[in-house]
Amino acid sequence: MKSFRFDWLVLPLIGLLIVLAGWQMIAGKKIVSTDEEGNIISEERVGLVPALPDIRDTWEASRPYIVEPMAKRGELDQGMLRFTFMSLGLVAVGYAIALAIGVPIGFFLGLSPVFTKMFDPIIQVLRPVSPLAWLPLGYIIFMEAGRDTGTLAALFTIAVCSMWPTVLNTAVGVRAVPQDYLNVGRVLKLSRTKMLFKILIPATLPYMFTGFRLSLGIAWLVIVAAEMLTGRPGVGGFLWQEYNSLIYEHIILSIITIGLVGFILDRLMSVVEKRFKTA
Amino acid sequence: MSAYLEISGLKKVYPTPTGPAVIVQNIDLKIEKGEFVSIIGHSGCGKSTVLMMVAGLNPISAGGIVLAGKELDGPGPDRGMVFQSPSLLPWLTALENVMLGIEQVFFTASRDERRQIAEYFLTVVGLGDSMDKKPAELSQGMRQRVGIARAFALKPKMLLLDEPFGMLDSLTRYELQQVLIELWRKNRITALMVTHDVDEALFLSDRIVCMTDGPAAEIGEIMSVNFPRPRDRQSVMAHPDYTTLREHLISFLEVRAHRHHHAAVPA
Repeated sequence: MKSFRFDWLVLPLIGLLIVLAGWQMIAGKKIVSTDEEGNIISEERVGLVPALPDIRDTWEASRPYIVEPMAKRGELDQGMLRFTFMSLGLVAVGYAIALAIGVPIGFFLGLSPVFTKMFDPIIQVLRPVSPLAWLPLGYIIFMEAGRDTGTLAALFTIAVCSMWPTVLNTAVGVRAVPQDYLNVGRVLKLSRTKMLFKILIPATLPYMFTGFRLSLGIAWLVIVAAEMLTGRPGVGGFLWQEYNSLIYEHIILSIITIGLVGFILDRLMSVVEKRFKTA
Repeated sequence: MSAYLEISGLKKVYPTPTGPAVIVQNIDLKIEKGEFVSIIGHSGCGKSTVLMMVAGLNPISAGGIVLAGKELDGPGPDRGMVFQSPSLLPWLTALENVMLGIEQVFFTASRDERRQIAEYFLTVVGLGDSMDKKPAELSQGMRQRVGIARAFALKPKMLLLDEPFGMLDSLTRYELQQVLIELWRKNRITALMVTHDVDEALFLSDRIVCMTDGPAAEIGEIMSVNFPRPRDRQSVMAHPDYTTLREHLISFLEVRAHRHHHAAVPA
């Protein structure tokens, strides 16, 4: 029990302290010079990276956004939890689209060698394209949508970028269905639908969930880019706006929030994934 | 009267880069209704290929197979398969695994009736208490019991067994052979089994088909096993013909099966 605590609590804490110390070391500090009466003569930031806020400044500036997580003071001035939910809402829709498109494509790839030969090269070329490259294309495609153009372009980007792991893992899973299971289906002369729902899908599920987990990670990654460029309220939109308003502390707050949310999402998915692996 | 299962001139050829490779050829075999026939031979001799062709899971290169007066074309639930690995679907319980086939075959029966069939066969193979368990919760031997129940529950015209006990330890194997022979005695389903276990073949079969080694394996000889039924292991082993038959089989497998490789015969 003692070594368990050491491994899972103490060591990560030491790691965290090291990183925080590093941050503090390179961060800039505010030097305020005053005259005898206490009037501020000049304010300057010194340090290895003068503009980078240190831990104290970051905490001071972030506190209102953390202690009042659901506050709404303005379109782009809201509590972090509120921003997070807005971002998650957009991700959820884009991710759902990605799965709805990705799973069938994965099944076609896994089942049909012809389909694979036709589309695999295209997939391999499109897969590494950055979300920043898809977004303008999304704008063009949904240009007619008027007020919704930004949202639709963001959804398009999330869906296109996050669908590939689902596509590829589903395809691998379908190809990996043991011949024994397929033989059972063939001996019993299961119909195509029964073969799909009784054998192929359950056998592929563990692979599919690995894809789902990776896809969710990417979907969350893309949200920041999508919100930054569309100016939608959310964690990423907030980050970009605060960069433009020179409030650098909030960039760090946003980064930490994005990281934590991504981490939690990944943990949740891996719990679900494990359930299906043992089933 | 023609035989129940009639295999004639059966041949399997695989194309390879260096030309066609003949796996088995000239397989002629007639099996009467209610007969239990084993195919024995060294691993890789193509005995499983023959069984898979009867099952319809492996396409026939030449020749034909007629079951109950009908030329076979592709797989079907009229032939109950017991695979070497139990091949249960891991996301279904034992009962659901058996039900899957029953639903295909007895689609006119009510849900209750189908369930009763599945429960009956699972009880007969000794799994009355484990019907709702998933395969992962069952031992290897119990899984194969489910596999046997699944095959019999289809009320098939034929039972095809592909080294059904090959992956089990010998004690479990004996138990399951007993389960199989009991079920077979009650149902009298014509059976074709592939095995490389001499004692298993002798204990279960009416006739044993000995295959020569591959490539281009053929039937070396067919041996009749006339121990009285119902059989139990002790009386079979105590039968005066047992040793003779066993030695004959072993000498076939050790010497005559290797007709292609005389050098390999030990001095």
